[in-house]
Amino acid sequence: MSDIDRRQFLKLAGLGGVGVVFASALPGVARAAEADEFYFLQLSDTHWGFEGPPNPDAKGTLRKTVASVNRLGFQPDFIVFTGDLTHTTDNPVERRRRMTEFKEIVSELKVKNLRYMPGEHDASLDNGKAFKEFFGPTNYTFDHKGVHFIVLDNVSDPRALIGDEQLAWLAADLKQQRNDAPIVVFTHRPLFDLMPQWDWATRDGAKAIELLMPYQNVTVFYGHIHQEHHQLTGHIAHHAAKGLMFPLPAPGSQPNRTPLPWDPAQPYKGLGFRGVDAEIKEAEYKLTEYPVVTKVQG
Amino acid sequence: MSASIKAVRIALVAAMATIGSAAVYTHVAAQPKERVIKIVAKRFDYTPGNFTLKKGEPVILELTSADVLMGFNLPEFNLRADIVPDKVTRVRFVPDKSGTFTFLCDIFCGTKHEEMNGKLTVVD
Repeated sequence: MSDIDRRQFLKLAGLGGVGVVFASALPGVARAAEADEFYFLQLSDTHWGFEGPPNPDAKGTLRKTVASVNRLGFQPDFIVFTGDLTHTTDNPVERRRRMTEFKEIVSELKVKNLRYMPGEHDASLDNGKAFKEFFGPTNYTFDHKGVHFIVLDNVSDPRALIGDEQLAWLAADLKQQRNDAPIVVFTHRPLFDLMPQWDWATRDGAKAIELLMPYQNVTVFYGHIHQEHHQLTGHIAHHAAKGLMFPLPAPGSQPNRTPLPWDPAQPYKGLGFRGVDAEIKEAEYKLTEYPVVTKVQG
Repeated sequence: MSASIKAVRIALVAAMATIGSAAVYTHVAAQPKERVIKIVAKRFDYTPGNFTLKKGEPVILELTSADVLMGFNLPEFNLRADIVPDKVTRVRFVPDKSGTFTFLCDIFCGTKHEEMNGKLTVVD
C-alpha cells in the first residue's frame, strides 16, 4: 500500500468528528536492517471518568474514537495510549473501576496489539500500583519492523521524575543500539521544559534527552498537553498529541491551563488521534567526487 | 586543667554543635530585617494565593502543608521546594526582577492539582 493510497483512504473514510493527524515519517527507518513500511496510532489522554462542561459527551467520546479507529480500512500495526487513560480519583476502588471500564471499551478495537503507558492521573497517587495491575509495567521496550520503541515513565513518581534507576535502565538499553538506529520514545509528559509554569515539563527530562542525544534518529511522542505540538531539542523531534476528552490552551495563551470550552457548533473540536507512518525512504545517494586525473591505487 | 578552662571548652563545643546542626535557622536569625512570608499549602490551593514583594528585598518563604506532600515551584526564579507535611520548609529568596509570576504545585496531589497555583507580584 502506498502512502498516498492510505492517506486518501483515511481522508475518505469519515472519522465521526474525531480527527486524525498523520505525523511525518520516522527518520532513519530506511537504514534499519529489517525495515518494512508500517503505521501505528497514538491515542492520548482519554481521561475516562472525567465529568464536566468541557465535554458533555464524556461517556461517549472514547467509544466514538474506538468506532472511528475500527472504520479505518487499513488497520495500524499497533495502537499506543500515551497516558491519562483514566481521570484521577482519590478512591482506589473507583480508580480500578475506571481502569476496568476503559479496558472493556478499548477491547472493542479491531487491533489487538495495544501498548499502554500511564499518565499522572493514572499513576501518581499510588505510584503506578493500580496501573500495573491492569496494564503491566510502566516502562518497557519493544521492537517492531526494525524500529526500537522505548516507553518511559515520568509520572509514577508524583514529582514528575523519571528517576535515576529508570535513567540507568534507559542508558543500558541505548548502549545496545546503533547510533543510527531508528528509535521512538513514548512518554506522557514532555521531556523538555515546554511550559514549567503549567507543569508541562519533566523535572529530570533533560537527563533523558542527554542520553538520547548521541543517537541520530530519535523521535519522541507524548501526551499530557491535550493538543498537537511539535518541537525540536537539537535533532530530536518531540510531537505532542491531541487529547480525547478536552483540549487545553496553547502554552501561555491564557492565564491558566484551564480546558478550552466545548463548542456546540463544533463538537469534539480540538480532540483527535494521530497516525504515524514509518516509511521507507525512496532513495538515498552517497556521493563521491572525483578529479579528472586519479592516482592509480597500488 | 583547671575547672574553669574545662567549662569554657565544653561551652565552645556546645556552641559549635548548635551552629552546625541549625545553620539555616542561625542564618535567618542573624538577619532580622528579612521579612517572613508564611505560605500554607493544602489541596488544592495556597494561602495566601497572591502576595507582593519588592524587587531586591530579601525574604524568607516559610512553607508548610496542611495535608499531603506538595511542591512550591516558581519557575521564573528557578526556585522550587518540596513541602513536607509536619515540617516547616524555609527558603531565602531575593527577587531580582519585577512583574507578575506564577507559582504552582509541581507534585501531583489529586483531582484539582492542575488548578493549584498562585501569583507573586514583584514591584520596583
